[in-house]
Amino acid sequence: MADLNVNIGSIQLKNPVMTASGTFGYGTEYTDFMDINSLGGIFVKGTTIEPREGNPYPRMAETMAGMLNAVGLQNKGADYFADKIYPAIKDYKTHIIVNVSGSSIESYIECAEKIAGLEQIPAIELNISCPNVKKGGMAFGVTCAGAAEVVRAVRKVYPKILIVKLSPNVTDIAEIAKAVEGNGADAVSLINTLLGMAIDAETRKPVLSTITGGLSGPCIKPVALRMVWQTYKAVKIPVIGLGGISNWKDAVEFMLAGATAIQVGTYNFIDPAVSIKIIEGLNEYCDRFGFKSVSELTGALEI
Amino acid sequence: MKKYMLDMKVTESKDLHTNYRLLKITSDKTLPEALPGQFVQVLVDHSPTTFLRRPISINYIDKKSNELWLLIQKVGDGTRAMATYKSGDYMNLLLPLGNGFTVPNRNEESLLLIGGGAGTAPLLFLGACLKEKGFKPAFLVGARSEKDLMQLDDFQQFGTVYATTEDGSYGEKGYVTNHSVWAGVQFNRIYTCGPKPMMQAVARYASANKIACEVSLENTMACGMGACLCCVEKTIDGHVCVCTEGPVFNIDKLTWQI
Ligand SMILES: Cc1cc2nc3c(=O)[nH]c(=O)nc-3n(C[C@H](O)[C@H](O)[C@H](O)COP(=O)(O)OP(=O)(O)OC[C@H]3O[C@@H](n4cnc5c(N)ncnc54)[C@H](O)[C@@H]3O)c2cc1C
Ligand SMILES: Cc1cc2nc3c(=O)[nH]c(=O)nc-3n(C[C@H](O)[C@H](O)[C@H](O)COP(=O)(O)O)c2cc1C
Ligand code: FES
Repeated sequence: MADLNVNIGSIQLKNPVMTASGTFGYGTEYTDFMDINSLGGIFVKGTTIEPREGNPYPRMAETMAGMLNAVGLQNKGADYFADKIYPAIKDYKTHIIVNVSGSSIESYIECAEKIAGLEQIPAIELNISCPNVKKGGMAFGVTCAGAAEVVRAVRKVYPKILIVKLSPNVTDIAEIAKAVEGNGADAVSLINTLLGMAIDAETRKPVLSTITGGLSGPCIKPVALRMVWQTYKAVKIPVIGLGGISNWKDAVEFMLAGATAIQVGTYNFIDPAVSIKIIEGLNEYCDRFGFKSVSELTGALEI
Repeated sequence: MKKYMLDMKVTESKDLHTNYRLLKITSDKTLPEALPGQFVQVLVDHSPTTFLRRPISINYIDKKSNELWLLIQKVGDGTRAMATYKSGDYMNLLLPLGNGFTVPNRNEESLLLIGGGAGTAPLLFLGACLKEKGFKPAFLVGARSEKDLMQLDDFQQFGTVYATTEDGSYGEKGYVTNHSVWAGVQFNRIYTCGPKPMMQAVARYASANKIACEVSLENTMACGMGACLCCVEKTIDGHVCVCTEGPVFNIDKLTWQI
């Protein structure tokens, strides 16, 4: 049995396997299929200061080995989260991390402040990379100046662990990561979805109500892996890798590329117990190759 | 209701006309309790273009033989792949999902179950449960032609069956809303599942005649269990997930123009 503990700043995770925002609800949806307390962490749904209805249906289009979504950050707002959802999930024996979104610097700040008051939330993941909202979202995440500005502002009001989720829809993700690191981020997570599009040939209409949407699932894995590798080489803070992970092998590959921990997203829809299988697989992999600690895998790519 | 992920074995697989397939599947364990109107999420093997699970209604649960029935309409790669499953094959399912139809408590209610095409699927299980509870449900099934009408013998075990076809090849010619049964019987409650235009016509009729009406929606889904928010329907309470708050909705909740 290898030591599966890893650290993201001052947070110790019991293992590097976490679930990605927007794909795992609040964790409660999955309790019939696995013991969610055995996860390293759960990144809950994108939360904004004000309630949001999200985009009109249809919001989903399937593609080979993946899907596009255009949910558009539907959520009941930070107050509802704090009053109604937090009490029900705060005592899970895993780290609950809130994915924070906004449409302006002020709304990011307000939301982060609200979540900072919740004692058992050790970290937030700042979503500056949502491709499905008109204002804010990805707009901040695609330029170094925009990313730096929002991170600097939130850092001032958020004392706990600040993870910043990066967009792959950029020319050079490592530059954005450096800007974020330089303004006080404790870790980065990547990647969010890739901007894509689906058309129905029969009707000659776009499939999604928003025409474009975010691509996720196994089809984006090579892109995500490349970006984790580039980012790992550029920054000193921990990198959390995600994008298309569907089994322990994928998880190992992300760690070899430089990830300290990983998140499982879309594949939860195919196998709701996949993350437990990944934890077991990582352990077996470490034993097989004689790694005493899973953290030895981070950046261990042999070139 | 507790949900399960089960590997289930196909015990029977047969064509119902050319475009539909009935799969009967079983499990080593006793099948979980399920409500009529609930559905399963099927993991589809042998179809490289099918990435997500496919939502399929529970057509019937035969407690005696521990079998679950799925009625598949072949519309695309996923359903076509499912239709090739043979007896002895295994399939992985998540179940039971969704809310289910309302079973009324007054025994005297006269109930009409209206289905179109593969939308008749959940109505068989609903009819069986209603009969078990002492109701005498009636079924009104509509289709383009005779070759899209299925399981009429099964329906007949649980109540009277009326039918319409657009081409007149079976039952009365026309649409379900024009059937002569409406003139003779005053229904208290209608359940419907099928193509959206049909459900809308039924909802319009029900609404105009002040009859309680539930519809079962088929919004496209990813997770099927309330995690992704992809399947939403706009209701009077805002966007709600069809996979958890539905698939069955009272028409009073919907924002359809009816
Ligand atoms: C709760 C629920 C219960 C269902 N029960 C049954 C059932 O008992 N039997 C059955 O045969 N089918 C049922 N369906 C529909 C079934 O899930 C779809 O037909 C199936 O997912 C199509 O997959 P495919 O790969 O064959 O087709 P795809 O290649 O995915 O699609 C083929 C064509 O059908 C259209 N389409 C696919 N899914 C839908 C949808 N949900 N609504 C409208 N258009 C769609 C696509 O746009 C495309 O044009 C149900 C759906 C839901 C949500
Ligand atoms: C339906 C859906 C909803 C999502 N919602 C969010 C969200 O609210 N906030 C966020 O940062 N990322 C969101 N994402 C992106 C995922 O967290 C993840 O970054 C992306 O899907 C890539 O990982 P995957 O391929 O493993 O899914 C969402 C993804 C999907 C598929
Ligand atoms: S399909 Fe995911 S929430 Fe309904």
